[in-house]
Amino acid sequence: MLQLNDVHVYYGGIYAIKGISFAVPKGKIVSLIGANGAGKSTILRSIVGLVQPRSGSITFQGENLQGKRTDRIVKSGITMVPEGRRIFPNLTVKENLRLGAFPRDNDGAMAEDLNWVYELFPRLKEREWQKGGTLSGGEQQMLAVGRALMSRPSLLMMDEPSLGLAPKLVQEIFEIIKQIHKQGVTILLIEQNALAALRICDYGYVLETGSIIMHGTGQELLQHQGVRRAYLGIAE
Amino acid sequence: MNLQMFLQNLANGVSLGTLYALIACGYTMVYGILRLINFAHGEIFMLGAYFIYYNILLFALPWWLAFLIAVGATGLVGVAVDWIAYKPLRDAPRISALISAIGVSFFVQNLGLVVFGGRPKPFPVPAFFSQMVNVGGVRIMSLTFFIPILAIVLFLILSFLIYRTKPGLAMRAISKDIETARLMAVDINKTIAFTFAIGSILAAAGGAMWAMRYPQINPMMGTMPGLKAFIAAVLGGIGSIPGAMLGGLLIGLLEIMFVAFLPALSGYRDALSFIVLILILLVRPSGFLGEKGEEKV
Ligand SMILES: Nc1ncnc2c1ncn2[C@@H]1O[C@H](COP(=O)(O)OP(=O)(O)OP(=O)(O)O)[C@@H](O)[C@H]1O
Ligand SMILES: [Mg+2]
Repeated sequence: MLQLNDVHVYYGGIYAIKGISFAVPKGKIVSLIGANGAGKSTILRSIVGLVQPRSGSITFQGENLQGKRTDRIVKSGITMVPEGRRIFPNLTVKENLRLGAFPRDNDGAMAEDLNWVYELFPRLKEREWQKGGTLSGGEQQMLAVGRALMSRPSLLMMDEPSLGLAPKLVQEIFEIIKQIHKQGVTILLIEQNALAALRICDYGYVLETGSIIMHGTGQELLQHQGVRRAYLGIAE
Repeated sequence: MNLQMFLQNLANGVSLGTLYALIACGYTMVYGILRLINFAHGEIFMLGAYFIYYNILLFALPWWLAFLIAVGATGLVGVAVDWIAYKPLRDAPRISALISAIGVSFFVQNLGLVVFGGRPKPFPVPAFFSQMVNVGGVRIMSLTFFIPILAIVLFLILSFLIYRTKPGLAMRAISKDIETARLMAVDINKTIAFTFAIGSILAAAGGAMWAMRYPQINPMMGTMPGLKAFIAAVLGGIGSIPGAMLGGLLIGLLEIMFVAFLPALSGYRDALSFIVLILILLVRPSGFLGEKGEEKV
């Protein structure tokens, strides 16, 4: 569904992504794990066109995304939950969700999707008229995920959805990810919480300073000595 | 000063203030979305007045049609200014767009001098607006009442657009976080064009009423009202629409009352708004309704 081929990204003189290739097959959950600054967010940002790779190709459903405008890419079915939630603080919960439905330009289906999101996150329904900026961190994360779902993406990319959440909420978010996946959404998941990410994913990639150093099924990576030591904090 | 005179001044102040408020909305909306002071806004105001003038004199249109067409045309000019002068500089440092705005302002003024001529032109005020009405013994021109009424109607329409429509939602989103708005597939350039159109339409409506108040027009007429409306926007908290309305009203009222109560100092009326601005910014650096912590001009 999504395919990256030898992608290189620079920020000015900083060489952030050093030739990365990977694929996200339709209907799967793929995880990208790695330490701070490894380049995880940069990869997602280049997929949606917020940064332009210097070379390499990114294709989605057979179509080249190179040089396409972000709004076009999002409209073609890729939605991203950005790092740090990025809720619009001046808009109500409902307005944030309405904005999430912009990519589809289909006001008719809005009500239906709103119900879907409110079923997944009943808390958002209760807070429909509250300003985004006054939500708690956990509620903001739910809103960020809900807002992304409003576009009915075929590929949902999440940049550290569990960041800063209490363990119970982390669990809840991962449950939701599973539910979304069951409804047929393909997922590309970035996580610092490597254990949870590898447990849930079909396939995982380990990123280190801009290169993929290892990949395998979630199970394989969970068993791997190096991964266990470096990313799961398990010493043997 | 007796009560009658006071009431007359009050009506004048409110009417001048709502005019400033109309123009101030354009500054504040463009700033909210682009962090740009659109110095050409006063010239847009001036063009609005000239468009009406020519619609009436050259094409002999009925006044209401002349107004509508001119206001619409001014909206298009606003969009064109963005397109030609600001859009190519979107990714450039902010100061470039600011300099471009000053350039547009000078250019349009001088173009006005060449095309319209430098001599002030008497503005044809429709009889509808120039009748004198008697309110409790106070004789006031009907225009003085129509200005605030029309302004209120325009403010209501503006609020509807911003708080109840899709482009309005997009505007509010962009003003907070342009990158995330992009991720929501908001068409940034279309929304910016929408913002310039609305701001310019309000300025043209303001220009029309200004022209009827005086009633004459010249290519430099945009400078002072533009500057004062800008001050009003900063005073109210730039980026905030209710702030722009409040600031405009305050500047207009102060200006008229200052002249009324201290006629000897009336030569300083234009300096007054600057002094008020400085005093208020000393106490509230982000204006009345501005958000704290946001960067200021
Ligand atoms: N706008 C930018 N300008 C310059 N350098 C940048 C920029 N954004 C990211 N970088 C650099 O690129 C590298 C990769 O950053 P990125 O945000 O992709 O890392 P990450 O894996 O998402 O890290 P984290 O887990 O901390 O979010 C880092 O060294 C970072 O400093
Ligand atoms: Mg990151």
